[in-house]
Amino acid sequence: MSETQKLETQISDMRREKNARPFTLAIASGKGGTGKTTLATALAEAAGMGVTLRDCDVEEPNAHLFVQPHWSRHTEQNRPVPRIDAQRCSACGKCAELCQFNAIAVAGGRAMVFAELCHSCQGCRRICPEGAISDENMPMGSLDCGMQLKDPAAPINFISGKLAIGQVMAPPLIRAVKNVGAAEPLNILDCPPGTSCPMITAVRGSDFVILVTEPTPFGLNDLELAVETVRQLGLPFGVIINRADSGDSRVHDYCRTRGINIALEIPWKRSIAEAYSRGDSLCEKGAPAKPALPQLSATWPTTVSVPTAMLMPPICT
Amino acid sequence: MNVAFSATGSDLNSDLDQRFGRAGQFILVDTETNAATILENTQNMNAAQGAGIQAAQNVINAGADAVVTGNCGPKAFQVLQAAGVKIYHTQEHETVAEALKALLSDTLQVADSANVEAHWS
Repeated sequence: MSETQKLETQISDMRREKNARPFTLAIASGKGGTGKTTLATALAEAAGMGVTLRDCDVEEPNAHLFVQPHWSRHTEQNRPVPRIDAQRCSACGKCAELCQFNAIAVAGGRAMVFAELCHSCQGCRRICPEGAISDENMPMGSLDCGMQLKDPAAPINFISGKLAIGQVMAPPLIRAVKNVGAAEPLNILDCPPGTSCPMITAVRGSDFVILVTEPTPFGLNDLELAVETVRQLGLPFGVIINRADSGDSRVHDYCRTRGINIALEIPWKRSIAEAYSRGDSLCEKGAPAKPALPQLSATWPTTVSVPTAMLMPPICT
Repeated sequence: MNVAFSATGSDLNSDLDQRFGRAGQFILVDTETNAATILENTQNMNAAQGAGIQAAQNVINAGADAVVTGNCGPKAFQVLQAAGVKIYHTQEHETVAEALKALLSDTLQVADSANVEAHWS
């Protein structure tokens, strides 16, 4: 078998495998307010196929404002935090030593838990030599599931997570948003901004990441951080520049010198801002950016490595 | 008595660090032998969260019976109190040496509660 044939076989195997499970597309950014939700909702509407849109920005979810789904299910969500059995605890301190988040201290012969600092990794429960630690459920927020039927031929499953007031630990709820519900062929994740735990939790395990940025110094600074982050995670990615003709050329220069292809540029237009303020998507009939969206699929193969390009579902066609 | 002073530097003329959890370091003074040792706190200065809790854990593990610092939040206070460590807050004494002198002359009051709010929640 020639090298080319081998590669073709390999790619077709990967396609089969990928087709059998959902393709997950994460829309992330460094900087907030660059247009992640605008793009995620537009892509979900443009998909024209089985799609689940998941709003992973659980600290400030807003995709529902644009999707306007018919809600079908609301569930309260808990996360595990350690409960110490004082009778069994020998105050050995192994749990406190293990905890990277300083959520446990051992003082005066007993282990003390600061549940609000706990990241729910359950490492303490596993390491405890006395078996003194069990899970206690701590309320963290809620999940809402629904469906948008604007185009009955291409319904959008919609899932949104909302962190409870006073809760600061987003990752466990983000994991719940990613895991709940039926698997559609295409999963679109509207990710939280930044490059810390919530963003990493959201993008981890996805098949492709779109980094949305804007051509400003803040946009560039945070894009650089986001690029470093997704590279560290080994995820293929492409860049989309929103409000492309505002600001300066430094984002373009950065992408060019680093060999990062720009998949799409969304123009800076008052009409887009007006559509956004009405809660319309970029795909809305007559919306000015609609002609720009198909460019995404046209430019896609140049933005990603060959296998990923071939595996991309036919979005925006 | 072993006393941990939060300090910006590593000698007794250093300023008393007003921060407990994110203090530059701790100077442990044995008031019976006058021996002083340094307890590093670099890890907590850079901790994302829970610096006070971990600093409290460290001074407890180092055998401190008392802590002299500028401010101490509720979580660190709770941990120190559970281990029976006395806490003294003072904003009046600039250097570790001055605070030590005040402690030895019994002019510092043992705190019965945290004097600042939690940072995290």
